[in-house]
Amino acid sequence: MKLKGKVIKYGDNIDTDVIIPARYLNTHDPAELAKHCMEDIDKDFHSRVKPGDIIVAGKNFGCGSSREHAPIAIKASGISCVIAETFARIFYRNAINIGLPILECPEAAKAINDGDEVAVDLAAGKIYNLTNGCEYTAAPFPDFMQEIINADGLMGYIKSKAGEN
Amino acid sequence: MIYMGMTMTQKILADHAGLEHVVPGQLIKAKLDMVLGNDITSPVAISEFRKTGFKKVFNVNKIAIVPDHFTPNKDIKSAEQVRYIREFVKEMGIVHFFEVGQMGVEHALLPEKGLVVAGDVVIGADSHTCTYGALGAFSTGVGSTDMAAAMATGEAWFKVPEAIKFILKGKPGRWVSGKDIILHIIGMIGVDGALYKSMEFTGDGISHLGMDDRFTIANMAIEAGAKNGIFPVDEKTIEYMKEHSTKPYKIYEADEDAEYSQVYTIDLSEVKPTVAFPHLPENTKTIDQVGDVKIHQVVIGSCTNGRISDLRIAAEIMKGRKVHPDVRCIVIPATQKIWKQAMQEGLFDIFIDAGVAISTPTCGPCLGGHMGILAKGERAVATTNRNFVGRMGHTESEVYLASPAIAAASAIAGRIASPDEL
Repeated sequence: MKLKGKVIKYGDNIDTDVIIPARYLNTHDPAELAKHCMEDIDKDFHSRVKPGDIIVAGKNFGCGSSREHAPIAIKASGISCVIAETFARIFYRNAINIGLPILECPEAAKAINDGDEVAVDLAAGKIYNLTNGCEYTAAPFPDFMQEIINADGLMGYIKSKAGEN
Repeated sequence: MIYMGMTMTQKILADHAGLEHVVPGQLIKAKLDMVLGNDITSPVAISEFRKTGFKKVFNVNKIAIVPDHFTPNKDIKSAEQVRYIREFVKEMGIVHFFEVGQMGVEHALLPEKGLVVAGDVVIGADSHTCTYGALGAFSTGVGSTDMAAAMATGEAWFKVPEAIKFILKGKPGRWVSGKDIILHIIGMIGVDGALYKSMEFTGDGISHLGMDDRFTIANMAIEAGAKNGIFPVDEKTIEYMKEHSTKPYKIYEADEDAEYSQVYTIDLSEVKPTVAFPHLPENTKTIDQVGDVKIHQVVIGSCTNGRISDLRIAAEIMKGRKVHPDVRCIVIPATQKIWKQAMQEGLFDIFIDAGVAISTPTCGPCLGGHMGILAKGERAVATTNRNFVGRMGHTESEVYLASPAIAAASAIAGRIASPDEL
């Protein structure tokens, strides 16, 4: 899958409480959650995000609560991919499980700036900064995770496996 | 093939995957002994479960659903979410569902109800599911889709983690609890210091820690980014399990030659009461370094510190004293059983005479849900586990994480304080 969009950049330790504050967790409607995505650290996020945009962040992105509402809110906002130095492990699982593309690539995460135009080739793990021509390669996913991604998330994966039995 | 020895976590995972050995980084599928969800995460899991077309859960006895975050329901939307859960529970015949009145904060409740024992593999759609490592179980937080898949199949995939070994030596001093020990550790290694790894606690210092202290330490393993935190099983663990559970348990021990990515030795006698300043649990200061921090609210409760020994120490400090006039102090016993015990022991008399509000069990203020939300510019000392931006209310409010002893003393003093200063 090839993705392209403008970068919205954040720092280290972006926690799931700021990605989607708990006061909005009395619903699990993706569109409703998207309205409040990132508002506690970036109140303009919802108004400036465009379909295809890419979040680039520092280390430990998605730390804290296990709320899957966090990747759901990001995905429903139109973000096509999150690139970070590292991800917190529950967020990492959740993103894979719901089919939000993520790439762990410290070099890209450090070098890419807010507002840069970036293209991503997910299958190849390639990240292209179209603004300055730089190119990065993220570590590939293990085969098993790639299968989950290909099945559009964990439920699709286990359903396809159930079909095989 | 010659294998290196395995850590405690690796052994439990190997057994549950039907494998003789596992190595760090290996992807495995493990059988689950318990699958947990709450009122925020279960609705997403249930809708995923239904969307995929599953008609029944893998085992009605191995799923626990605890509506504890926004309960007793704070508004119509959260009430609708619990109604949605309740209908699913009835339809599927799920046994371990805990309504208001039997409910408690999930990670205090499950061990108390005997639903988790040593050697179990548990996943929960709540990040603090790592609490049960105190019992010698492997337990970890996941999201709702993992919960949905687990309810359908009884299995989950894991990447076998590396481990960091923490050797705890010596006896903690006066006012030093499990909370101070884990805050000290997080301050030392950082909020991603154990990312993707196990935190394996060992050493003779553990014998000085009661089960409540161990639950607190394992509970906050996630605050260092860990996959799980785990304690060896000793007489205290066995005594606890015998008192609370009839489930068979299995004791695992790390191999002598198990590999660890790092080893830390911590002398508990040197750990001081520790406070985490806003807005990360790693921003720790010892009590003698905090300076004059005026506060507006104190919360004593949560899956981290709402257990009976937490309430006892708070009451001991508050006995015969009054909450500072500028402070609201809220005590939230974590379960109905703890509530009753605290009442029978006379702790409520002490709290009420001091001017404390006592709440029914709920996660409530910990995540800024209800029952004690902070206004702009307000500061709270809380025995909870996170102090992120906006965690307990307004984005310009502040949460200081501390032990029940420090929280109780601070409620009296009106600023962050040690009981020795009263």
